[in-house]
Amino acid sequence: MFLTVRDLTMRFGGITALADVSFDVDEGRITGLIGPNGAGKTTCFNCITRFYQPTSGAIAFKGENLLDCPPFRITSRRIARTFQNLELFGTMTVLEHVLVGAHARFGRELDERTATSNALEILEYLGLAGEAHKPVRSLSFGARKMVELGRALAAKPELLLLDEPAAGLGHEEVERLGETIGRIRRDFATTILMVEHHMALVMGISDRIVVLDSGRKLAEGEPSAIRGNRAVIDAYLGTS
Amino acid sequence: MRLALVACGLLVALLPWVIPPFVTFQLTYVAAYAIAILGLVILIGYSGQISLGHGAFMAIGGYTAAILLAGAGIGYWVSIPLAALLAGIVGIGLGFVALRLAGVYLALATLALAASVPPLLKRFKALTGGVQGLSLPSPHAPGPLQPFVSSETWFYYLTWALAAVAFALAWFVLRGRVGRSLRALRDSEIAAVAFGVNPVFYKTLAFGWSAAYAGIAGAIIAIVTAYASPDVYSVALSLELLIGVVIGGLHSFLGAILGGIVVEFLPLWAQKINPAVESVVYGVALILVVIFAPGGLAGGLSRLARALRIQATPRSRPASTIEAISEKSA
Repeated sequence: MFLTVRDLTMRFGGITALADVSFDVDEGRITGLIGPNGAGKTTCFNCITRFYQPTSGAIAFKGENLLDCPPFRITSRRIARTFQNLELFGTMTVLEHVLVGAHARFGRELDERTATSNALEILEYLGLAGEAHKPVRSLSFGARKMVELGRALAAKPELLLLDEPAAGLGHEEVERLGETIGRIRRDFATTILMVEHHMALVMGISDRIVVLDSGRKLAEGEPSAIRGNRAVIDAYLGTS
Repeated sequence: MRLALVACGLLVALLPWVIPPFVTFQLTYVAAYAIAILGLVILIGYSGQISLGHGAFMAIGGYTAAILLAGAGIGYWVSIPLAALLAGIVGIGLGFVALRLAGVYLALATLALAASVPPLLKRFKALTGGVQGLSLPSPHAPGPLQPFVSSETWFYYLTWALAAVAFALAWFVLRGRVGRSLRALRDSEIAAVAFGVNPVFYKTLAFGWSAAYAGIAGAIIAIVTAYASPDVYSVALSLELLIGVVIGGLHSFLGAILGGIVVEFLPLWAQKINPAVESVVYGVALILVVIFAPGGLAGGLSRLARALRIQATPRSRPASTIEAISEKSA
């Protein structure tokens, strides 16, 4: 199994953000993680990327326990993420962001020169080549989201976690994003786990969907099955 | 850039032959302060951690050198590196404390360190000479050089050479991955950590490194004045270093040198303008710089240089260097 999440429970004081959530992510697939606000999607991401220590449960990546891994070692395990509310480095250029993304690969795989040429290739791939030396602050919101993506790709992830990549994007940008994510899965040979509210996008590109509601797993299956799932429809209609 | 560096190097090399010995002595101080302030550029500018207590590290450096030179007769070639090492180790220790504190709390903790050092120095009399401090053998140039250079000139060169090494090392280390990691932690610790930057390692590294630089500066000042006393390393010194780095420019190497000039000369200039209200003139000068040059003097200078360059070239070239490079390689 590629990524397995078993009985994951996360409590903050009296609030249970996740309760006994279990699901698998298959290698090479795009898995969508959906659910109404407060369902526990980002909490789940933060457990996988080790920002949160779950109250109980297990997470294994490629058969190895992930819970003994400190957060700064997660990229060395070939897991990289983007952030829901951009987490960019305010004083850095676009290129420097991508170089930070490659941080964990320095030494054995990369030096400054090869990392820079790699980073420029990634920016070219994402259509940001002209922006490489611009400060990230001068970029549009959509371009900044692409920088987040570029930084994650520079880590050469086997598992790429995208936290609401479409949030805040315009209609055309979302369409292009869908194509980009599909291309990335192919060209970078990476597995993708994506939290997303944009139903058209998530239904369109996911191979498999996991639905959370109030910290519990509500359903799991192919997009067509999820679309007709009574409990899922109720959860969405009931809360939003 | 290279030309400017060579020009500065020549200027530094030739100055002692045209200025009075006392000014040479003052410029030695400028270089020592510049080393300490460069440490603050690394700590505050790059890693975003504040210190109001770097005078304490200068004290550790100064007394280490003084005790080794006066007590054990160990030469400055050995005692300056040892001063840097000891200050660096204490700095790493404080760096671990700093991991748990941020912002104003870290400012207070470091200020407390600065405030506690002079009383401690007075207390352990047997080692530090107490209130009187320690007198060192008066510095002089190595034997064969004595007919050619005065001791002021010799230490001027020695200090500026040390400063050059300190600056070169910082430039070399900070321009790549280490500098990026420190800035990444400062700008967004969450994102930096998510991409593999070890926060404990880099933040304590910055603290230790900057403390080591302060230690070198403290050692130099003890050696050139042939004296170390608790009053030299007062809280005021820590604050002057902070003022120096803010006025010079928090993010710039040039700012560290300008900061050194500010720390050494601004009080003297303020006194010259009006001895009665020296501190008022000093304070007004600080406020003016903070308002009109938020990037410090170095930031102001680079903005000025850019403005002049834009005026000189009527049509600025587009920033398409990458395209040019990739075209060339294709």
